[in-house]
Amino acid sequence: MALLHLLLAQAAADPTKGLTAIGRGIVYGGAAIGPGIGIGLVVGNAITAMARQPESAGTVRTTMFLGIAFTEALALFGFVLAFIISG
Amino acid sequence: MNALLLAVDVPPISNVTIWGAGPLGFNKTAAIYVFAALATMLVFVLGTRRKDALVPAGLLQNTAESGVGFVRNQIIMQTMGTDGLQYLPYLTALFFFIFFSSITEIIPFVQFPANARFGMPLVLALVTWVIYNVVGVAKQGPLHYLKNSLIPPGVPKPILILVIPIEFVSTFIVRPFSLMVRLFANMLAGHLILVTFAALSAGLWAAKVTVVIMPFSFGLLVAMTGFEILVAFLQAFIFTILTAVYIDSSMHPSH
Repeated sequence: MALLHLLLAQAAADPTKGLTAIGRGIVYGGAAIGPGIGIGLVVGNAITAMARQPESAGTVRTTMFLGIAFTEALALFGFVLAFIISG
Repeated sequence: MNALLLAVDVPPISNVTIWGAGPLGFNKTAAIYVFAALATMLVFVLGTRRKDALVPAGLLQNTAESGVGFVRNQIIMQTMGTDGLQYLPYLTALFFFIFFSSITEIIPFVQFPANARFGMPLVLALVTWVIYNVVGVAKQGPLHYLKNSLIPPGVPKPILILVIPIEFVSTFIVRPFSLMVRLFANMLAGHLILVTFAALSAGLWAAKVTVVIMPFSFGLLVAMTGFEILVAFLQAFIFTILTAVYIDSSMHPSH
């Protein structure tokens, strides 16, 4: 209850701070949706390939990390953007 | 409670560019980079003294030899082939330097990855940018290099109006930028996770009632510390292999 009062007092003092935090959450959450699906596709298909052809596992693993790196970049842009946003 | 608030209250992004006092300022980040450069040199200067020995022995020689073997077989042969072996010294040094400056994240009492400040990742990405552009111009000539990197093969003529600007932005602007952001944001995110769970553990320990759930937070802190070793290695690997891929795309253009 004391914590709630503290939070309410802070919110009354500076409402934009809370809105900034919500905005940061939306930016990073939104940016994480696509890459989440994309990395799932990349790794899932890489596992299928490795299971079907275990002898090519080395090449597939390298290509998989490359695919993850390219896909992940979008989520990281969102992560950095969330820091840049200031109230 | 204070420690918790301190960890959650992240300083604005402008703070990460502050570099000590004045242009020659020296801080923890710079100290870690000096350590990483010295450690990279140490491994390869001291690790290669016994040139006539057939069987490698000792930590430094094993590290140097398996590091070179790793970069050669897993990075260069997978992407560039035998043509790329001339870049082996640079890529090996790059891999070890990034690894040493990131692994300080989990070393006790240092606990800070220098690559969580984007100065050095930016410099390394720009070096990669210069290398693959110079290689492309030198191997293919300026006009062929521009044509090969801007016009993908088999695209119908009318669509080129749309494709050429996109390819230009993606090859010459997004490549170095994403290379920089990937390394910097991964290390910063890992560091923030460790800080959050450490401060949470301390905060839970301080209050009598909440100490019951402290082991969960602490257990996750230990697990994430192990995970960050993997991340430090993986990001060094990915930065190096992407540099190799970009150099390869300049050396062997797709027709």
